[in-house]
Amino acid sequence: MNNGTNTEAPLLSVDGLVRYFDVSAPLLNRLIERLDRSFVKAVDGISFDIGRGETFSLVGESGCGKSTVARLIVGLYQPTAGSIEYEGVEIGPRSAAADRKRMQPHMQMIFQDPYASLNPRWRVVDIIAEPIRVRRLLSNKHEILARVGELLSQVGLSPADGERYPHEFSGGQRQRISIARALAGEPEFLVCDEPTSALDVSVQAQILNLMKELQDRLGLTYLFISHDLAVVYHVSTKVGVMYLGRLVEWAETQTLFENPRHPYTRMLLDAIPDLEMSGRQRIPVAGEVPSPINPPSGCAFHPRCPHAEDRCRAEAPLAQNYDGVYVACHGVAEGRIT
Amino acid sequence: MVDRQGSTVHDLSLKDKFVDLILRARDSDIWYSFTRSPTTMIAALVTAIIMLSALFAPWVAPHNPFDLATIDLMDASMPPAWMAEGDSRFLLGTDDQGRGILSTIIFGARISLGVGLASVVFALILGVGLGLLSGYVGGTTDAVIMRIADIQLSFPAILLALLVDGVARGLLPRDTHDELAIYVLVFSIGISGWVQYARTVRGSTLVEKNKEYVQAARVIGRPAVLIMLRHVLPNVMGPVLVIATIHLALAIITEATLSFLGVGVSPTEPSLGTLINVGQDYLFSGEWWITVFPGAVLAILVLAVNLLGDWLRDALNPRLR
Repeated sequence: MNNGTNTEAPLLSVDGLVRYFDVSAPLLNRLIERLDRSFVKAVDGISFDIGRGETFSLVGESGCGKSTVARLIVGLYQPTAGSIEYEGVEIGPRSAAADRKRMQPHMQMIFQDPYASLNPRWRVVDIIAEPIRVRRLLSNKHEILARVGELLSQVGLSPADGERYPHEFSGGQRQRISIARALAGEPEFLVCDEPTSALDVSVQAQILNLMKELQDRLGLTYLFISHDLAVVYHVSTKVGVMYLGRLVEWAETQTLFENPRHPYTRMLLDAIPDLEMSGRQRIPVAGEVPSPINPPSGCAFHPRCPHAEDRCRAEAPLAQNYDGVYVACHGVAEGRIT
Repeated sequence: MVDRQGSTVHDLSLKDKFVDLILRARDSDIWYSFTRSPTTMIAALVTAIIMLSALFAPWVAPHNPFDLATIDLMDASMPPAWMAEGDSRFLLGTDDQGRGILSTIIFGARISLGVGLASVVFALILGVGLGLLSGYVGGTTDAVIMRIADIQLSFPAILLALLVDGVARGLLPRDTHDELAIYVLVFSIGISGWVQYARTVRGSTLVEKNKEYVQAARVIGRPAVLIMLRHVLPNVMGPVLVIATIHLALAIITEATLSFLGVGVSPTEPSLGTLINVGQDYLFSGEWWITVFPGAVLAILVLAVNLLGDWLRDALNPRLR
């Protein structure tokens, strides 16, 4: 899927990605109580491309499957179906183990909770040196130490911080260490799973600026997972909106924020607090996210959608291209929603 | 110690690492809680005295009770030194063959502690290894290991130890068995204790393996075995140390029980349990010291180790801080 403006081959291409989690009762209970197997459809058919140097953001409410997508891409989970291509090489479920092994070092991940993502028993220098040692980028002890010092300076910490332990640092500093560790493996592609949601607002800005600066300097590509639309607006070049395991709309950031098409995107954007007191009419976010074990028929958003019709309840909409904006909505397709 | 203002990361030398460790230990909560608890300090002192004298038995003990040249039957059955017929050479009296009770206790504690420590180490390595594997790998591996643990838990430790000893006796010729008695003992006490380690470690591993630092290591591409050993293991060892301390007391008791029942170490190398067993024959003929002193030492040792274990459990429990 190419959006027309970018003619280069994408760095990462995800097609029809699916991941179900088995949450069935144990076999014995199923036999006695006559229960069926049940699955959480965490990710239910997602396709998108990320071009080199871009920042693609995935937004959505809690539980919509954003983090699962991140984990599928870096290989922490195995996809149930679909394909993931990195630089044109398949690294998804049908890939050869050798390809996966060859491509995996190109990507690293930054995690949400800076208090859980660093091993409390390791010194910072060992934490940051781990990718270097595992990938054997440098073998000489002094070279490794020098490189770790360089990485620490790069993320705004002092090289002397290396011999301290993670608990001696604040949340923001820990997230910097996390970033330094991710960079140590010399990746091209960073998957950031809500990297700022556990931080104070002032620290969030510092970390985001650092990530942007590193992107400019090292030519990194980001997949950015967040539920914070202000942050997403600040960092991304493209935004995808997820609802219940599916992408409902994706477009360039400016386009999406200025002219949201999908009713769910509009609902999300309306939920941003309006500091200018413009008094504009807003549709409040109504209702709860339905259970992904038993999602609604047709369009998953129909129980909460003000424009829902019979067709929405029966038939799941497919994404269609409207001048580079992809929207999966019958209402938009029929011209009912403008 | 280390240059904190430096512009490069320093690699600590071995000596620096040691100094760092000592300094960190001195600043730690554990050391603080240790200095605040006189009971614990006394327990630690008693344990240290018994362990050290057992370790250096040939130099600490006034006599070598196993050196036949120094044993004189004329010295047999003497009461402790402070009693009327006592001899100042034998502080706690002598047994029926003229061996000093104090010396046999010191040498006996050596066997008791040695067997106890060895079986704890054996159970610990087996239990921690299986628990780690079970928790980290999960699935069928987990189910198989934990069912074996459940089955084993339905046999009392003593019964299991008796069983192992019986099988060993049946399989090995008598001479070989006497030689290997200590190893059989270590194996049977160890095998009956691994389940507790495995269960605890499995539980903590299940918690740790979902933490993001473990996932980060997976993204980096570490093999699973190294993630288990380098990342998960150091973070699940806290409760294991507590269990090991309390298990040591239990292992010493089990060894004494088995030796008392006559299936433990051979009487030529008596442990505390053997000494109590031998001594009880003389209890009614008035030579109470042969059995009472080894019994008292055993009780004090086990009590002290247990107190240490209790303190360690409280000190490492964040909810009680």
